[in-house]
Amino acid sequence: MKQYLSGDEAFAAGIRLARPEVISAYPITPQTIVVERLSDMVEDGSLDAEFIHVESEHSALSCAIGASAAGVRTFTATSSQGLLYMAEGLVYASGGRFPIVMMNANRSTALPWNIYGDQRDSLALLDTGWIQAYAQDAQEALDLALMSYYIAEKEDVSTPFMVNLDGFILTHTYEEVDVPEQADADAFLPRYETENCFDLEHPKNMAFSAGPDTNYIFKYKEHAALLRAVPAIYEAEARFAKIFGRRYTGLIETYRTEDADQILITLGTIAGLSREIADELRAQGKKVGVVRIRYMRPFPTQEIADAVKGAKAVAVLEKDISFGAAGTVFTNVTSALQAAGIGIPAYNFIGGLGGRNISHKDIEQIFALTERGTERVTFIGLEGER
Amino acid sequence: MSVDVRKLDTNEYFYGHKACAGCGGSLAVRAALKVLGERAVAVLPAGCMSAVGFNFPQLCFANNAIISMFAGTASMLTGVEAGLRRRGITDFHAVGFAGDGGTADIGIQALSGAIDRGDDILYICYDNEAYMNTGIQKSGLTPFGAKTTTTPAGANIHGNLRPKKNLFEIVAAHDIPYAATATVGYLPDFLNKVEKASHIKGTRFIHVIAPCPTGWGIPVSDTVEAAREIADCGLWYLAEYENGEFTLNRDPKQFTSVEAYLKRQARFKHLTDDDIRVIIDSRDKKWAKIRQNWKTKE
Repeated sequence: MKQYLSGDEAFAAGIRLARPEVISAYPITPQTIVVERLSDMVEDGSLDAEFIHVESEHSALSCAIGASAAGVRTFTATSSQGLLYMAEGLVYASGGRFPIVMMNANRSTALPWNIYGDQRDSLALLDTGWIQAYAQDAQEALDLALMSYYIAEKEDVSTPFMVNLDGFILTHTYEEVDVPEQADADAFLPRYETENCFDLEHPKNMAFSAGPDTNYIFKYKEHAALLRAVPAIYEAEARFAKIFGRRYTGLIETYRTEDADQILITLGTIAGLSREIADELRAQGKKVGVVRIRYMRPFPTQEIADAVKGAKAVAVLEKDISFGAAGTVFTNVTSALQAAGIGIPAYNFIGGLGGRNISHKDIEQIFALTERGTERVTFIGLEGER
Repeated sequence: MSVDVRKLDTNEYFYGHKACAGCGGSLAVRAALKVLGERAVAVLPAGCMSAVGFNFPQLCFANNAIISMFAGTASMLTGVEAGLRRRGITDFHAVGFAGDGGTADIGIQALSGAIDRGDDILYICYDNEAYMNTGIQKSGLTPFGAKTTTTPAGANIHGNLRPKKNLFEIVAAHDIPYAATATVGYLPDFLNKVEKASHIKGTRFIHVIAPCPTGWGIPVSDTVEAAREIADCGLWYLAEYENGEFTLNRDPKQFTSVEAYLKRQARFKHLTDDDIRVIIDSRDKKWAKIRQNWKTKE
């Protein structure tokens, strides 16, 4: 059924279709609407779940881990400082192989305080062992809410899943969204069955300690499981297309990259504007294309290399900076290029921090600088403000 | 209803662990699990009992058990209880065992949240009066005067300068359905409180004194005796909070010597007569309040 929903509302609609049994969340802008809608759904009976009003983000994830260890499907949502506050729980959930789904509204991190969108919160936590997806619109957000459980809960993956929505730009923007029927959602997403949980008949000790000899083995298994998310993502998307008719393209989405000389690699909502500008530049005879990264973990090492191998230069545009180095997406992309033996120039463009607008002109300039050659890392639109 | 110690469950639910000889915490956990039985689902934060009991592949709980994040005992209990209930399982006890630091310091926010929500969990704080697992550092439940590795006793400062946080009454102030204090020195009283708590709906809390010979500086054979003496000399009290009322379970006619209790422990060896007078004065003030405001039940 077509509905007019914001990104947060679409995500909540997707979560209702996924039938989580325990939801624990703490409010933080711009995530709040997700938990408000889920609370409404629990109240009106359209979602049969325990909604637990925890007193902090740390407890939100701690509670979700407890519920997951009890063997039920769980959901939590947060943003920014809240995500950082639950950081300890991120490694706990992944180490314990609890397939919790979390929505993160990408928002700037303090200081200075700022409630608007950038991606430093989730990218700073890239190494915590979670699958990380980045949505570009409300429809994809809803669809990821369903697919995330399918992927996370696959027995050989069993890894938590963070779906990222650009704060305000996606969380608060209304779009027409096709909300699936519950029967179709049920056909897509099986009930959660796991052995990674308490058993009253055959008791288990969970979330234990492991010394130097065995800890390493558990960590290797965690890495291998996250890599197995790759086939699980493709499988989930094929199944999704069959039931709902919407097709997704795996770890990345390419746009006019086949014969492109300059390719802009980015993630999240800014990919939309990037594609528009690519069209305009194409109309002027410039051979440019766009790669949208959909998954930062597992990282599309091979996919990116395949997409850009014929290009003369690549740009990476991200709302993130690893201070003292470069953007984290850039570091990952250049590592992928190096692994594939692709020696073309790569330039990093940092923009949108603290919600600052990335304009039409900024993206045109990124393509121009990429064609001409520029510094390795450029903060876009900073002229006169340095 | 009370526990008949002669008929106590002969099964062991917490054994094969690496706790120090004379560990009061492991005694509290072991004894409480005998009351709660095999359908207890235990949550233990980072701390002594998880450090000694969960070393893969030597896992020491015969019932379901899990380590939580340090600050997350109560919040994980909430999730465990909700999750098991959602699976249609009803006859289980979600029980937490956290130390004094894990409860009164880093875990107090999550504990307060769980009590506020009225979650159906039993939270047992085994209090050995310092961060023992990390090597005897001061916690919010370290008593006045105690020497720890972060409150050294020297010529200028005589150990910990702050009194023990009033955790029992902080918990009671939430109007919790049931809270109690206990000590492993009076084990039948503790076991009866665990048993009583296990039949009450909503959040329940038991604060049990559990000496640590390593941290207190007492012989390993003296755990129970020290745990009894702390109540006998009036530096601890056995009480309950239920239906909005405090009840004193034991009102000694005469206290035993505070000085004798303190001086048997290396952590108090440095205390001067003045220090001991401060401790006795504060004890007397506390008991005057208790006797005035709380019901008494022998």
